[in-house]
Amino acid sequence: MAIQARRDVFQAIADPTRRQIMGLVARERMNLNAIADNFEMSRPAISQHIKILMECGLLNIKQQGRERYCEVELQPLTEVADWMQPFIKMLEQRFDRLDDVLNQMKTDKKSKK
Amino acid sequence: MTPEKKLKLTAEPGKQELFIVREFEAPRDMVFKAYTDPDILIKWLGPDGYIMEIDYYDGKSGGAYRYIHTDPKGTQYTFHGVIHSMDAPEMLIQTFEYEGMPTKGHVILDTAIFEELPNGRTKLTIQSVFKSVADRDGMISSGMEYGLTEGFAKLDKILAS
Repeated sequence: MAIQARRDVFQAIADPTRRQIMGLVARERMNLNAIADNFEMSRPAISQHIKILMECGLLNIKQQGRERYCEVELQPLTEVADWMQPFIKMLEQRFDRLDDVLNQMKTDKKSKK
Repeated sequence: MTPEKKLKLTAEPGKQELFIVREFEAPRDMVFKAYTDPDILIKWLGPDGYIMEIDYYDGKSGGAYRYIHTDPKGTQYTFHGVIHSMDAPEMLIQTFEYEGMPTKGHVILDTAIFEELPNGRTKLTIQSVFKSVADRDGMISSGMEYGLTEGFAKLDKILAS
């Protein structure tokens, strides 16, 4: 069995072009041509980025009449926030302790006066 | 107006750096002292429930430091680095390396900037530059391991009571 490249949200947002596409489409839904018009690179290259974003669940294509529109799906991004949360919590606890130390230093300074 | 005390972490995807911003209700001299005096450092730098010991701390430009965190189970985590420059009370630049890495050389360059704010407050901005994107993301992931360890330590406490 061939090993398939893993597609996840981290891979999706690691590329600056893909982040720009997300940023554009987050403001308003757009068709493929409108997205490609915002970039210097070739249309097939943009299509490839869009394909990856779709595979990672960050973009959906919706058919409306004869037009096909891209829409963003922000839910998978919470995976990124969840990943960072314990690290943020560790830092928050560290600086909360520093707050306590600083308060103690302020009290000590006052009592010395 | 409520003061902004929340920590802000910025880690752009695919970059080798991260930024931490935090404000303190204390004057800059005091924050800088708490940050660079080893006797004060041991009171807050190590994670909750860990014991911090300082092997050496030579707090000056061209100085160096080494310290050990011991977790509740007795596992030790040792870090060392050199102090590139210490310019009280506004800037501290130092390297940081975890000695438990499988290979040497995963060095981080930390620049801490201390800014005076009105009403005797201070803004701290830390920029950490990593050797690679993988190193940076690994550091962020280590928070998850710590979170788990911390969770287990709490569970131990509950079970023991």
